[in-house]
Amino acid sequence: MLAKRIIPCLDIKDGQTVKGVNFLNIKSVGDPVELGAEYSRLGADELVFLDITASHEGRKTFKDLVKRIAENISIPFTVGGGIHELKDVETLLAAGADKVSINSASIKNPDLITEVAKNFGSQVCTVAIDAKMASDGEWTCYLNGGRVETDKKLFSWAKEAQERGAGEILFTSMNHDGVKQGFANDALRVLSESLSIPVIASGGAGKMEHFKDVFVDGKADAALAASIFHFHEIAIPDLKNYLAKEGIPMRLV
Amino acid sequence: MKVAIIKYNAGNIFSVDYAMRRLGIEAEITGDPEKILSADKVIFPGVGEAETTMSYLKAHNLDNLIKSLKQPTLGICIGMQLMCKSSEEATSGKVDCLGIFDEEVKLFVPDEKTIKVPHMGWNTVSAINGNPLFDGLTNDPYFYYVHSYHATVGIDTIATTDYINKYSAALHKDNFYAVQFHPEKSGKVGELLLNNFLKL
Repeated sequence: MLAKRIIPCLDIKDGQTVKGVNFLNIKSVGDPVELGAEYSRLGADELVFLDITASHEGRKTFKDLVKRIAENISIPFTVGGGIHELKDVETLLAAGADKVSINSASIKNPDLITEVAKNFGSQVCTVAIDAKMASDGEWTCYLNGGRVETDKKLFSWAKEAQERGAGEILFTSMNHDGVKQGFANDALRVLSESLSIPVIASGGAGKMEHFKDVFVDGKADAALAASIFHFHEIAIPDLKNYLAKEGIPMRLV
Repeated sequence: MKVAIIKYNAGNIFSVDYAMRRLGIEAEITGDPEKILSADKVIFPGVGEAETTMSYLKAHNLDNLIKSLKQPTLGICIGMQLMCKSSEEATSGKVDCLGIFDEEVKLFVPDEKTIKVPHMGWNTVSAINGNPLFDGLTNDPYFYYVHSYHATVGIDTIATTDYINKYSAALHKDNFYAVQFHPEKSGKVGELLLNNFLKL
């Protein structure tokens, strides 16, 4: 039985792990390779490393970090942040990343998804979508870490991304991110049932029940979280044992 | 021990090299026939598309070379698919492959839209006849998969996985071994399987 995936996300700035609460207010939580290896040992199914460095030197640091991760960690990992063109994707894959997560650049230039899928295969191409639900219930996509509103709507954009060759959708609900009251299960269910590619849920994990809900009600294929893991609020082995007991297919290590 | 990793136009070859280094093996990534032929073990890894990778192998005469290998050889993912008789992953709907194994490689066709393709993530692998490749791997361990095509089940099948339909998770014939999943990305169980291969 295909297991549901638990994915810790590590935000990286200048080679260090950080996590923004509501995309702001950053606290350092350690060395990415060490933290990643520890998560792998604890039973994380995949890892996501997002580069939030803006500088050119920071980019170089991140590429070196990707190579160190590939050398040291024996589970799949996705890297994202600051991918603008095909060359960036090529560099990160060559450094050893299994997948890349493309966010703002895919909205600004949807052809990038097509090019990545054509050149490297859909399996490497995760399209990340940050979206916010307005009071009328409509979900709109945002750019640049949630700072810039676009004219793209969540469900139609996710569908387009799939048609262009995305291998997975990583959906972050800006309404739920950092609030710890559970994932955006209604929107996730619509996404998951309308797409033929896997959906990774992000934003809102606060307690173990939220993960059960995102798999049962949200029909997500994978759930991503950061601070609750980094700050030891939920231990991955406890979470996976709990979910397995609740009847959700889990890989227990 | 000399381990050669066959270099060709497929992605994700380096992750196998990294996995070998974690096991203390300095493998050589090479397309040089002499180096491949003289290795103790050969790994044929990769992520890619069947038709283009197959034409590359033919253009570089690597197709005949791989078929002629006598040492333990392990195909991974697209490597396994290329070792089969044919694949549906082609513009014409069928491309002839190396034919080491008699299986055909087919596209997953889900009968309900809630089942996702590619098959991506960790799934259980059931070894069926105590093959040494699976020594110490009991109770249907989870391995990491990323693929949209799968090899059918037949006489060379040594492990299966159920996803949409039952398919060959691993094949073995003579000196040739092949796995559809990615042992190099499957944590501890993957390392165990790669170690089993190195001990053959």
